[in-house]
Formats: sequence, C-alpha cells, structure tokens
Amino acid sequence: MTDSRARVLARIRTAVADAPGAVPVARDYRTAHAPDDPARLLDLLHENLADYRAHVHRTTPDGVAGLVARLLAERGARSVVVPPGLPEEWLATAEAVRRSDEPRLTPYELDGADAVVTGCAVAIAETGTIVLDGGAGQGRRALTLVPDLHLCVVRAPEQVVASVPLALPRLDPGRPLTWISGPSATSDIELDRVEGVHGPRTLEVLLVTSG
Amino acid sequence: MSGTFVGMPAFPEAAREAVGDTTLRANLRHATRTIRDKRARAVAELDDWAALREAGKRIKDETLRHLDAHLLRLEESVTAAGGTVHWAADAAEANRIVTDLVKATGETEVVKVKSMATQEIGLNEHLEAEGIRAYETDLAELIVQLGEDRPSHILVPAIHRNRGEIRDVFREKMGSWGRPAPEGLSDTPAELAEAARLHLREKFLRAKVGISGANFMVAETGTLVVVESEGNGRMCLTLPETLVSVVGIEKVVPTWRDLEVFLQTLPRSSTAERMNPYTSMWTGTTDGDGPSAFHLVLLDNGRTDALADEVGRQALRCIRCSACLNVCPVYERAGGHAYGSVYPGPIGAILTPQLRGTASEVDASLPYASSLCGACYEVCPVAIDIPEVLVHLREKVADQGGKGHRLEKAAIKASTWVLDHPGALGAGERLASATRKLHPKRLPGPGVGPWSESRDLPGLPAEPFRDWWRKNRT
Repeated sequence: MTDSRARVLARIRTAVADAPGAVPVARDYRTAHAPDDPARLLDLLHENLADYRAHVHRTTPDGVAGLVARLLAERGARSVVVPPGLPEEWLATAEAVRRSDEPRLTPYELDGADAVVTGCAVAIAETGTIVLDGGAGQGRRALTLVPDLHLCVVRAPEQVVASVPLALPRLDPGRPLTWISGPSATSDIELDRVEGVHGPRTLEVLLVTSG
Repeated sequence: MSGTFVGMPAFPEAAREAVGDTTLRANLRHATRTIRDKRARAVAELDDWAALREAGKRIKDETLRHLDAHLLRLEESVTAAGGTVHWAADAAEANRIVTDLVKATGETEVVKVKSMATQEIGLNEHLEAEGIRAYETDLAELIVQLGEDRPSHILVPAIHRNRGEIRDVFREKMGSWGRPAPEGLSDTPAELAEAARLHLREKFLRAKVGISGANFMVAETGTLVVVESEGNGRMCLTLPETLVSVVGIEKVVPTWRDLEVFLQTLPRSSTAERMNPYTSMWTGTTDGDGPSAFHLVLLDNGRTDALADEVGRQALRCIRCSACLNVCPVYERAGGHAYGSVYPGPIGAILTPQLRGTASEVDASLPYASSLCGACYEVCPVAIDIPEVLVHLREKVADQGGKGHRLEKAAIKASTWVLDHPGALGAGERLASATRKLHPKRLPGPGVGPWSESRDLPGLPAEPFRDWWRKNRT
C-alpha cells in the first residue's frame, strides 16, 4: 500500500509552493451585538429561545422545584432521567419516577423515559442557544437526545453571555459539547421549518434569577 | 440502491429536460424564494456581516496556504484525544478504509449523518456492494434514498420534491426498508417528519456504527463540528460504539477561536437561522459518553488539484452553506440534477470540474452553466468569486484543443440555453417597448410613497436590443 499520508502532504506542498502569503486575519467584527447589560441579555435570550419554539419560563432558585414538577405533570411525563450531579432540590416535588444514569441506561431504556432534566454550561443570548458540556447535572449527550422532553435550567446572570465569540472561551473543547437552539427541527420539506424530528420535540427552558 | 450521477448528459441537455418539468420548476421556485428572503433578514441582523465575511475568507485562505501544517497539527490533536487518523488520496481509498473499519466491527449496517464527502465518493454504493447497508438519516437524504433518487441541493437534497411526492415515497417505500409509514399518512410536513422519526428510531437505537462528515475540524484542539437541525446527527454521533468521519482536507480551521466566525455566518447563510437547532462538537473519544472508537478519514480526492490552481483554489473556502444555489437564476430553473454532481449550483459549477477535471462532456460544460450575474458572489459568506473562477475555467476548457472543440461546443450550448426561448423573451421585450410611454415613472401603489418619491424607474429602451442588433448588425 502506498503511503497516502506522505502523498497527500507532498501534493499540498507542491500545490501551494508558489502561492502568495496569506493576508493576516483581521478580527474587526463585533465581539457582541447585544448590550452588556444582564437584564437586557436575559430578555434577549428569552425572546430568541421563544422565537425558535422553546418554551421559556422565569423563576427564582426557590421556585425551580415547583416549576419542574408542574411542567413534568403538564406534559404527562411519568418518568424522568436524572443526570449525575443534578441538584436534588430541583426534583424535590416532582411526581415522575426518577431514572438514574448510574449504571448507564441503554438506548432502549432512554427511549422508554419520558423526560430529562439538566442544567447547562452556558447560554448565548443573541442566538437563543444553550450549550451542554457533560458537566455536573448535564449528563452524557444521549440523555438530552433520546427522551422527547427536555427541561433545561439556566442560571442567570452567571451562565448567560451575549454572543458566540463570548461563549467559545468559556467552553472546554476537550469535552463533548452540544449546542441547542430550540427543539429539533427540519426545513427539508419545501424549506419550511417544522419543529420536532429526532431530538426532543419539546424544550422547556427555565431561566433562574436570584434577584 | 440510490440513483447515480454516472453517465449523466452534459448540462445543456439535462437542463433543457428539467426546465420542461413544470412541477420541478414550481417546487424549486417556491423553495428558493422562501429561503432567499429569510436569509436576507437573518444576515441583516448583523451589522458587521461584511467584517465576518472578510474574516472567514482570510481564515480559509490562511488555512489553505499552510494546509500541510494544519493537517499535521490536527492529526496530532485527534490522536492525542484517542482518535485514529487515516489518509485517503482518492475516493477508492477512502471507501476501502471505511469498509475495512466497518467490517472490523462485525456489523452489516451503519447509520449515516448527511455528508457531502461520503456522497462525493459514492460510499453507500460501495458499502452496499460489500454487503453493508447504509441508512441515511437526514430527512431529505431519507427521501432521496427511499425514492432511489439523486440529491439536487447541498442543504436540502430533496428540494425538488414537494410534500405530496414525499408522502407518496414514504407510503410506497418505507415498508421495504423498515417500519412502514403510518396508516393514512397525510402530506403535512409535521406528519411527514413524524413518520421519519418513527421509521428511523429503531435504526438509531440498535446502531453500532455511525458514519459522518464534518463541517469543521479544529487543528489546535482536534475537535470536529457537525451542524444540523433534526437530531439525526446527534443520534449517529452519540449512540453507536464506533464512529467514522470522512472529511475533506479543506475542512480544517487552525484555531478554536476561528469557530466564532463560521458559527455566525454558516447558519444564517444556509437555513437563515440565528443558529441551527443542534451543533455537536467532539474531540477524540470521551470515557462514558458516546462512541468508544473514533476514526477520522482525511479525504483528498482532487482537492489538491484545485489547490494548485491559483484562481480556482478559492473554491476550497466553501463551507457548503448553499446560499449560492438559492439565489442562482440558472439553478432555480434547471434544478440540481442538471449539474451531474453531488455539488450542484454555482459552487458545483466551479468545484466539480476542479475535483474531477474537465475530460467528460458534463464536467466541461459546467463552467458555462451560468449567466455570470454575480448573485452567488454577493451572498457567499467566504467571498468566493464564483464568476471569476467560472471565466477562468471556461478558458481552461477552451484551451483543451482537439477534443476540446467538441467540448467547447457543448459548453457554448450550455451558456445559451438560458436565453434560448426566443419566442417568449422577444415578445415580452417588444410589448414592453411598444407600451413604454404608458409606463409610470414611479412605482404605483400604497406604502411606497416616501421611497419612490426620490427614485425613478429606469426607462425602457426604444426597441429591444435583439431587434436593434438584427437591423444594424445582420
């Protein structure tokens, strides 16, 4: 077998041998488009999440448990996946059966669960995005993928940033990352957006402020 | 199982046939116009769009200038994170590598994330011949696969199908691939999406091998990025035990920070969203989360030929957003199939002849499948000057000589077909000229007052250019 690695690299070197040097990258675009004001950022996040059909709720730390319990009940969720490290108080009053991921649930077991509750790593206001990095209270990627209902708790203001350029430095590329902007969707039929394909069809985002 | 582009007629013949298909034209017109307006609104939200576009262009140019170094760095990062890197000089080698990797798992079926690179190399057909069934899981790819059809758009491969046709494909074909379509399936997009969800879920849950491409590979961290909407990508990237990603070598970007540009420009340019619903990023393997084995196949397959062309190499900046397809008047009328390649539209017209060469008639005709109106360049988020490359490639085709003469003739036919409806075009022009005294100077109607007060409509010439030409030059 020929050494394709060496061949491809040699072809590249020959191809660009006479090419001019590249123009340095100018990063004169904006770091953020939204104002640096926590209250307005939270409003923008709320608005953009809702624009892509996530259901958004506001509460305080004391209100999380009641809101989680109510949302699970309203959606008829009888079982809920609990990622390792999820604050116990968030599910304190929920009636749904807890499904621990320790030991790991099989894909079929996950498919049999109605919902999952998680935290997140960061949320991006301008794009209406929440990012999960598998940290405490978020679990491995499959947990927020297979169940049809995802409840995600965002702590404001500390987890909310304005923009993509401000989010990336807060994330560790060594961890598996999932960026979520609304429930799963498709534009594959006549380029019309339809919510709800393979990922959770319902995304409930709980914005928690301590003020 | 799916259709193939092999043996396709040259662009002019294929386009003539497509233009005569009124259903196809109506489907395309509806879809491209919908997305065009939405994209313009999404882009207008960012007042620094021009700066982002310039930065994206420069990042890609810098990457291409030192592609060898960035690929070596990527290889090092991916390997350090537990992945295995393979190099494929051409399609045959890539197919062989993937087939061997799948066979080593003992599995006979794989689930696939939508990927241009694997379509380009004909991976599904190759796997099928080796006794491995590849299931496409993107909704549009599923429609194409079930319908034994060919993709006609980079982002929405089934754009040529309307909802009624999709319902018919699902009703007729789903049963022979797995779970049949629900009884009484209607043609509403929501019901069609639900049918796809049910049909594919059993495949996701039992899948042991996933195959993907990637939108970006970050050299400094070894991170791969897949941008998607439906969650089928997440399923394929997360649930299987083995993941094989086939990625063109030009998809590398040097740094983690570089993503801040493309994650702003790609979603707005492709689906006209502030952000697509799901973006997955992974670096090698992670204990207890996702596949325990990860293989990255770096694909050349003609890319280094394009890289050697000083004008044409800018095509390798492409991030596959498909904005150029959606604004192209030729694409809107001819559809994607006429381009005879998995890369249709303006970008395909410059990418395909560079990846495959211009020896065949279809490839030689592609640089002429354009009116050079420049709309593609205007919308390109990495500022590929597609008209410039088209003209450059036309020169190359014309210079081929000998056999090239035939090719040139075929190519010229392609450039004229767009305008080649003399009856309708001529009649319209003459009617406009004859009645020009009656045309308003300002736009009529409510709501346009302040705008139109300061603007005149352009005047119509006294006679159509072609009439003038006939009188004065023939």
